Amino acid sequence: MPKTEYVIEPGKQEIVTTTVLDAPRELVFRAYTDPKLFAQWWGPRRYEIKIDTFDSRPGGEWRVVHRGDDGAEYGFRGVNHDVVAPERICATFEFEGVPGHVALQTATFEPMGNKTKLVAQIVFQSVMDRDGMVASGMQEGSNESMERLAELLEKLSKEKAGR
Amino acid sequence: MPSDQLSTTFAALADPTRRAILARLSQGEASVTELAKPFDLSLPGVSKHLKVLQRAGLITQGRSAQWRPCRLEVARLKEASEWVGEYQRFWDESFQRLDEVLQDLIKEEKKKSDGKGSQDNAED
Repeated sequence: MPKTEYVIEPGKQEIVTTTVLDAPRELVFRAYTDPKLFAQWWGPRRYEIKIDTFDSRPGGEWRVVHRGDDGAEYGFRGVNHDVVAPERICATFEFEGVPGHVALQTATFEPMGNKTKLVAQIVFQSVMDRDGMVASGMQEGSNESMERLAELLEKLSKEKAGR
Repeated sequence: MPSDQLSTTFAALADPTRRAILARLSQGEASVTELAKPFDLSLPGVSKHLKVLQRAGLITQGRSAQWRPCRLEVARLKEASEWVGEYQRFWDESFQRLDEVLQDLIKEEKKKSDGKGSQDNAED
């Protein structure tokens, strides 16, 4: 199972995610650019995924919809700015639930023998946009305690105050 | 939750002072005066933030007691987090799945090249 590291520094408007995958980068690149493969992995399993548009060429548009058990749909869209096989993909990203907040994401595939180091950077338009995205993930499911929530909120406020 | 509601919630969460207010309220009810204290905010200033939080359904304000305590509404926070915004979980699970897709691809390719190399390989 790949181990992923997240760097979310206070006061910055980016998130950098690093993970090492046990596959050559040509395959990783394929899994990112082939809609059939992409649909098999992007997002949590509990969502049904619908690929609406998926043009993996520079300038090509993409739109993917997640559907929950309750029928609620969550759309994501963007444009591929740069697609360089098998090294890099740079694309815009927008959650349609919060339109107008467009982020720029770059996935870089570095070879490590037969493995691939995948560095995914996402840059938001503001620190607030980024923190909003991260804050939205602060609570999962119904079993989590209030303490956990309080801790997270406190951490977020401290990060702000500590600058 | 409809997406415009979601936007309202996230817009409310996007401000550090408002998150700090929510953090304070997660420890229990508080009056507007109590909430204003740690933030160096004027009462009208904190009231403005409270209004945004209230509109987003993240807090409610009591009517009965004279000090009108503010209370955290956890349900809305939970709703807001139910979509993909749980950034880390989203990607942890995605990379897990990506890994599975890649291992399948590797197996397929291996089968293909094995097939080419020795047709009578009966091991599979």
